[in-house]
Amino acid sequence: MQQRSLNGGGLQSPRSPSSQPPFLSVSVTDPAKMGNGVQAYISYKVITKTNLPEYQGSEKIVIRRYTDFVWLRDRLFEKYKGIFIPPLPEKSTVEKFRFSAEFIEMRRQALDTFVNRIALHHELQQSEDLRTFLQADEQTMERARSQDTGIFKKKPSDLMQIFWGVQSKVTDVVLGKEKPVEESNPEYEKFKKYIFELEDHLAEAQKHAYRLVKRHRELGQSLADFGKAIKLLGACEGDALGTAFSELGAKSEILSIKLQREAQNLLMNFEEPLKDYVRAVQSIKGTIAERANAFRQQCELAETIKLKEIDLNKMRIIRSEKMLDAEHEYEELKADGQEATRRFETIGRLMNEEIVRFQDQKTQDMGRAFHEFAKGQARLANAIADAWRTLLPKLDSLSVS
Amino acid sequence: MMGFENQGFEEAQLHASHGEMESLVLDDDDNNNSGNDNNPSSRSNGITNGDVSQHYNHPLSSSLPFAEILTTDDDDPLLSSSSPHQNPNSFNSLLEPPSYADASFRSFDGDHGKQINGHGAVSTSSPTADSVYLKVSVTDPQKEQDLNNSLVPGGNTFVTYLITTWTNLPEFNGTEFSVRRRFRDVVTLSDRLSDSYRGYFIPLRPDKSVVESQVMQKQEFVEQRRMGLEKYLRKLAAHPVIRRSEELRVFLQVQGKLPLMKTTDVASRMLDGAVKLPKQLFGESVVSAAVDPNDVSHPAKGGRDLLRIFKELRQSVANDWGGAKPPVVEEDKEFLDKKKKMQDFEQELSNVSQQAESLVKAQQDMGETLGQLGLAFVKLTKFEMEEAIFNSQKVRAADMKNVATSAVKASRLYRELNAQTVRHLDKLHEYLGVILAVNNAYSDRSNALLTVQTLLSELANLNSRIEKLEAAASKIFGGDRSRVRKIEELKETMRVTDEAKNCAVREYERIKENNMNELERLDKERHDDFFGMLKGFVVNQAGYAEKMASVWESVANETSGYAAKNS
Repeated sequence: MQQRSLNGGGLQSPRSPSSQPPFLSVSVTDPAKMGNGVQAYISYKVITKTNLPEYQGSEKIVIRRYTDFVWLRDRLFEKYKGIFIPPLPEKSTVEKFRFSAEFIEMRRQALDTFVNRIALHHELQQSEDLRTFLQADEQTMERARSQDTGIFKKKPSDLMQIFWGVQSKVTDVVLGKEKPVEESNPEYEKFKKYIFELEDHLAEAQKHAYRLVKRHRELGQSLADFGKAIKLLGACEGDALGTAFSELGAKSEILSIKLQREAQNLLMNFEEPLKDYVRAVQSIKGTIAERANAFRQQCELAETIKLKEIDLNKMRIIRSEKMLDAEHEYEELKADGQEATRRFETIGRLMNEEIVRFQDQKTQDMGRAFHEFAKGQARLANAIADAWRTLLPKLDSLSVS
Repeated sequence: MMGFENQGFEEAQLHASHGEMESLVLDDDDNNNSGNDNNPSSRSNGITNGDVSQHYNHPLSSSLPFAEILTTDDDDPLLSSSSPHQNPNSFNSLLEPPSYADASFRSFDGDHGKQINGHGAVSTSSPTADSVYLKVSVTDPQKEQDLNNSLVPGGNTFVTYLITTWTNLPEFNGTEFSVRRRFRDVVTLSDRLSDSYRGYFIPLRPDKSVVESQVMQKQEFVEQRRMGLEKYLRKLAAHPVIRRSEELRVFLQVQGKLPLMKTTDVASRMLDGAVKLPKQLFGESVVSAAVDPNDVSHPAKGGRDLLRIFKELRQSVANDWGGAKPPVVEEDKEFLDKKKKMQDFEQELSNVSQQAESLVKAQQDMGETLGQLGLAFVKLTKFEMEEAIFNSQKVRAADMKNVATSAVKASRLYRELNAQTVRHLDKLHEYLGVILAVNNAYSDRSNALLTVQTLLSELANLNSRIEKLEAAASKIFGGDRSRVRKIEELKETMRVTDEAKNCAVREYERIKENNMNELERLDKERHDDFFGMLKGFVVNQAGYAEKMASVWESVANETSGYAAKNS
């Protein structure tokens, strides 16, 4: 868990008396199983340390569960259109693994990363929903969660559903394949295409990374089995040769353990970042959909305004008594239109900034993942080489004894 | 395991010592190979006599000698991305050609002398100045027509193989010669050797594989059989006693039809024997009911030996079920202990062999997945580079390329490592075959013992009959001429039987001696072979791990800037 100062982050704290730079640091820890049977779930401790005035006190600990995180993500997605909201780890689909230690730890890490990314984002960190999430007591949190289902009908998850299920329609729209409501922005088109293709490439890389984890486990297992069998052979053989077999078997078993450990390392520090990358790209697709929506709304309103204007002019000519009302409506529509345009343009502007940030961030994230991958592989290979090298002189001496 | 003295075509051996990774060049004429060889590991690396031919083997040739490891072409990142001469727009331009593009297979153990395709036996661990060699190769399968026995018009076709021998053994006339033999000849050879060399650990001949010959593609089957024959003949040539046998010499050298007595089919011998049978079964009066002393030195077979088989069967049943202790008991405690130990060893060995197979599979999978991962990253790299707008993307693409090429390198290393692993661990499998030969030799011993026991029973039987007759005859006043005559006959039978028994005992002792000598030989070879296997395995594992470590270390260094600053 990292403490980072938020100096350039755009956080205003005019009332902060201390000379200390403003900071907001969060950690997600201590997963605990709550409840029983079908209702059981995991809860996490969320610890907030801050000197920001908007927050109550310098340290706060709350208990949250996965659905609370989902609530936060959905709220941010609604309120901060144009910004690439950090992705959440997936819901667990396989019942069996829901409470496995490995799954829980991976989820905890992912949730920790999620909250921290929000806390570090110059816009998102100012969100009121974030404050609620970090501070509210459980009752308030629960109330907020249940309210949510009514007001916000369309969630990013729903949008995702649309993507998966009815992909062609929406992607057609989003990619500008259908006629009327498409931006004619070649750079943006390129970006959309890039995002969709990137997801495919990443998914494949992630798939193989996961398989590699499995291969490490399998190799570890077969080394363990081989070691055991050859030790038995050694016991049966006896003498120098028997000892040689036994020593080899023992080394094999040692290496099996190292392989299992490396498998775990690969999973956490290489495969998971790749998965995270994929999720991030999927989240961007959500933002792309939002932009398309905003564009469509803007266009629709523009259409409506145009029609209204025509109507109005007609009324002016025939001096209808409805003209005043019509003028009123027209003004309202124009205001709405301006609002829609503003919203759309904000999204566009934000996205441009986000894209830069995203690319930078991913280079860092991937760089770190590659580093861990390479380090882990080197460490494993060296351990293997050492184990076998140290056996050689023993084998030599046994073979002549 | 056998064949300290075998030498043949070799490649120069460079000793790969601890930490040194000199590239070793291996001969590979024959692209099709199971990757096995049946030659002993060498502890010292002497330069061998005889022709030394060096061939460079391109590790990326499509039919790698280690054909046991099956990878399809599209899985194999090596094949798809190795050639730099392909379409420059493809991914090849992203990957460097293999760094060891001087195209040599690496083995880190001194045993690269074990040829991949088993071409020839190799240098010796024996320090003797003995430089006899007997090298055999089996090549050039040809279809031939069987003109003699064709009941079917158009005739039977069969396959012959060219068997070429190089030797300086004195009993052979000549140093290099060839004959053509068919599989049936090999069966004959094997049977004759079993007859003549009872008690020896005779290598097992390849199976007749009737089912496979129907099911497999003709070409594949013939190739499989060719390899099997070559391995078999080489094992025979490596056995210190059998290599000097007349049977083998005749097989290797005599042109034309193989002049060894064919195994007559049981049916015709049955017909033979059936004529004599009633007399033999009921013929107390037939002197020839006694077993011919000369026959006892052979195991009982079908046909004329039917009677003997019946008797020995009766004896063995008596041994197993009868209350009476059999006259001669396998008393050699040491032998019984060794036999038990061999059984245990066989069981554990079989287990290890199975686990070794799993290990090889796991290594293969690891290599494959690394390759696929590398390729996926190559594609990603290409994509990012093409689409890059920001500098951060270019940086990321460069990092990714680094990882991708390293993953592909590591994948290649795993493949090579696995090939070597197969080579070494295959020894386990081979020894399972050796154990079968040992069991056969032990059977020879048991059979010989059974023959002795049978004869002893016969003698006891005859003796008691004689005593009864003598007792009865003595009661008759004035003598009993018919009984006396009978007694004479029985005494004669007993004399013959006694001779046979002595023969049988000699045979039994001979076989026991053979067993013992062979066991000693096996123990020594086993010791050498297994140590060689272990060392070879370990050296290769270490060597390849070190190479992989260096590949990944350089990537780790180049990406160290990204390392997490905090814990």
